[in-house]
Amino acid sequence: MDPMSHDVLLVGGGAAGLRAAIAIAEADPRLKVAVVSKVYPMRSHTVSAEGGAAAVIKTGDSLDDHAYDTISGGDWLSDQDAVETFVRDAPEELLRLEHWGCPWSREPDGHIAVRAFGGMKKMRTWFAADKTGFHLLHTLFQTSLKYPAVTRYDEWFVTKILVDGGRAQGVVGIEMKTGRIETILAKAVILCTGGCGRVFAYTTNASIKNGDGMALAYRAGAPLKDMEFVQYHPTGLPFTGILITEAARAEGGYLVNKDGYRYLQDYDLGKPEPGPVLRSMELGPRDRLSQAFVKEQAKGRTAEGPYGPVVYLDLRHLGEKLIQARIPFVRELCLKYENIDPVRELIPVRPVIHYMMGGVHTDLNGATPIAGLYAAGEAACVSINGANRLGSNSLTECVVFGARAGRAAASYAARAEPPGAGAREQGAGEKRRLEEGLLRGTGGRERVAPLREAMQGAMEKGAGIYRTAAALSEAGSTLDALQARCRDLSLDDRSRTFNTELTSALELSFMLDVAQAIVACAARRTESRGAHQRTDYPARDDGRLLAHSLASRSEAGSCRVDYLPVTVTRWPPGERVYGR
Amino acid sequence: MGDDAVTGTITLEVARYRPERESEPTLQRFEVPCRKDWVVLDALNHIKDRLDGSLSYRWSCRMGICGSCGMMVNGEPKLTCATFLSACAPGPVRVEPLRFFPVVRDLVVELTDFLAKIGSVKPWIVRRDEKPAGGGEFLQTPLEVDEYKPYSMCINCMLCYAACPVYGLDPGFVGPAAIALAQRYNLDSRDRGKSERMEILSQHEGIWGCTFVGECSQVCPKNVDPAGAIQRYKVAAVTDWFRSFLPWGPR
Repeated sequence: MDPMSHDVLLVGGGAAGLRAAIAIAEADPRLKVAVVSKVYPMRSHTVSAEGGAAAVIKTGDSLDDHAYDTISGGDWLSDQDAVETFVRDAPEELLRLEHWGCPWSREPDGHIAVRAFGGMKKMRTWFAADKTGFHLLHTLFQTSLKYPAVTRYDEWFVTKILVDGGRAQGVVGIEMKTGRIETILAKAVILCTGGCGRVFAYTTNASIKNGDGMALAYRAGAPLKDMEFVQYHPTGLPFTGILITEAARAEGGYLVNKDGYRYLQDYDLGKPEPGPVLRSMELGPRDRLSQAFVKEQAKGRTAEGPYGPVVYLDLRHLGEKLIQARIPFVRELCLKYENIDPVRELIPVRPVIHYMMGGVHTDLNGATPIAGLYAAGEAACVSINGANRLGSNSLTECVVFGARAGRAAASYAARAEPPGAGAREQGAGEKRRLEEGLLRGTGGRERVAPLREAMQGAMEKGAGIYRTAAALSEAGSTLDALQARCRDLSLDDRSRTFNTELTSALELSFMLDVAQAIVACAARRTESRGAHQRTDYPARDDGRLLAHSLASRSEAGSCRVDYLPVTVTRWPPGERVYGR
Repeated sequence: MGDDAVTGTITLEVARYRPERESEPTLQRFEVPCRKDWVVLDALNHIKDRLDGSLSYRWSCRMGICGSCGMMVNGEPKLTCATFLSACAPGPVRVEPLRFFPVVRDLVVELTDFLAKIGSVKPWIVRRDEKPAGGGEFLQTPLEVDEYKPYSMCINCMLCYAACPVYGLDPGFVGPAAIALAQRYNLDSRDRGKSERMEILSQHEGIWGCTFVGECSQVCPKNVDPAGAIQRYKVAAVTDWFRSFLPWGPR
């Protein structure tokens, strides 16, 4: 057997990818599993998740409650069969992490502790202090080391999925350390590459979140689903995008405008009280708070910071003792990464891109319409998150659907034909494209950073919190022009060794495809639902658009949008009520 | 981008090494804006985006949790995302790859050996039988969690290796982070693998060369205290050794 040939190949080594790898190794130890990741797995962006992971475990809670919270939070765009599967698998998956050593926070008697979270009616969020994603990722990574069947390709950058005869049969990757370009064959491929926050200017997402897997699938012919639904978190630090957790507001922090006024009272979010009130003012939902920021900006009442308009999170009245005791990580982040002390200073914040509800279209087992191609985690759209994800559902989604996709791919690979000559030929063609187009250089005139910044600016302006037909159309034109300019890139770096300018160029090209899909889907959805708000179509339109967008890429690169009805099992669409 | 927080410029002296072009590392000077909110990593990003696209380094989260961006800053191992430029003023700021690791290119070091060491201490829960998921959780009180929790905070940034005099002399030494990780599982009430890990660690003579100075713990950005883990190991190993002579001992 070819040394670079595997049964199942994972692209991405975060929570979804590692959970899938373990599931495959456990399902059939004879299967050869490979994890291909552009970073060492423990660097994956799962590491940054703070709050927790939701699953029903306590008496007084029920699977139906978790399902209903998820579906209403998602503004009824979630597929309800997927949500029912998700809430049913969730407790077992989090228990398995417990058995693997995850340091979940505990009750005094030793049982798992749970905390409250936004949009959840019951306490069901498991947490490992305020570093849940970090602990979850390291637990999975360390546990994965005990399975000899798992081969890792660390710091390999995937540029293409090989699809021949309607079947995914491997990938082409660049080994960053040496620059060698190789075809890695596999009977099945699972995309676990996470989100695409870097398409926008202001984001909590790490620099590695470039929508790689979404673009790879889109180019391979798999549709992207619900790409117009992008979640803003209302309180990010403006320059770094570092997230200031909702806990800061739950402890009594105020959001104030440039005049020190608690402006949320002007936007049907309740009356200001000295202390925190659940589902009111600063504890309203993420989408409503982010929308209030834009309205406040339009009134000229935001402050102008070095990186654009900001409002302030005021924690000063809480005092040093409470801040240090209850939200130490908030103070640590502000002090160590922004040079601001919240005990004495206002924290400038703004809404920042946090999460992509959309992704590669899959069924309940992570299968895409292409045989042998699967996706799981933020890269995928099953869909459980609908038009707005609830906090603490995403980590659980990674392990639930990572495991399901892993088992499904394992069973597919056990009976699939080995990769054929067509896949090898495609791999050779991709290698030529990379050698000629980028590494040898074609005397292009464009540079990566200005194009990336132009894309991020266009997305922030045209496809941000509020959208209109005109603004989306302008963003679309800008992206078309940027696509053309991206074909004329010039690299300073001609080295084979760890050429991060080359990978940045490839990431830019991925992001442009993803950005075009976001804009195309947003332009077509003439309604407002969850995170997708159209000022020219302010109402939800269940009659026409209780449906998923499916974006497909044409040969020429343009985006076609079709619709797929939402699966409704037991919860007919209703009104989303907050604060009343 | 406004300029109200800029306090002039600062010089960075960045180590460059491209194996196809240079036989040994050289320093390249860059002038960058010195902003109040900029860390050394922001300066590197400024260089890459505006001045020289060929500079190679690793980074990802810029919030001190992914562990990618450890480098030597003015001779000290640091996370560059957590080191303000203004703290280095007036400069120059020398940025070099993490000490004691082979350099792949510019500021990028080789991790293969580090990962092998991490894996060598069996960093997973060892049990004779895996408990079925349906069987519920292992009970673990908050006090029992506190026993191992500090050692579970390691982000694998490798600053402790760059600070470790023993690792500097003996690259075969398993090193501070790996020992702390072994202790993380040894001290976990769910684990039954302590004797296997002690056996593995006992093959590393380097542990006994480790002094009480604790350079590793001083540079750790997450307060993991690998030096404390090493001292605990030594005490446990000596205790085991003495016990082995007693008639009621383990052997």
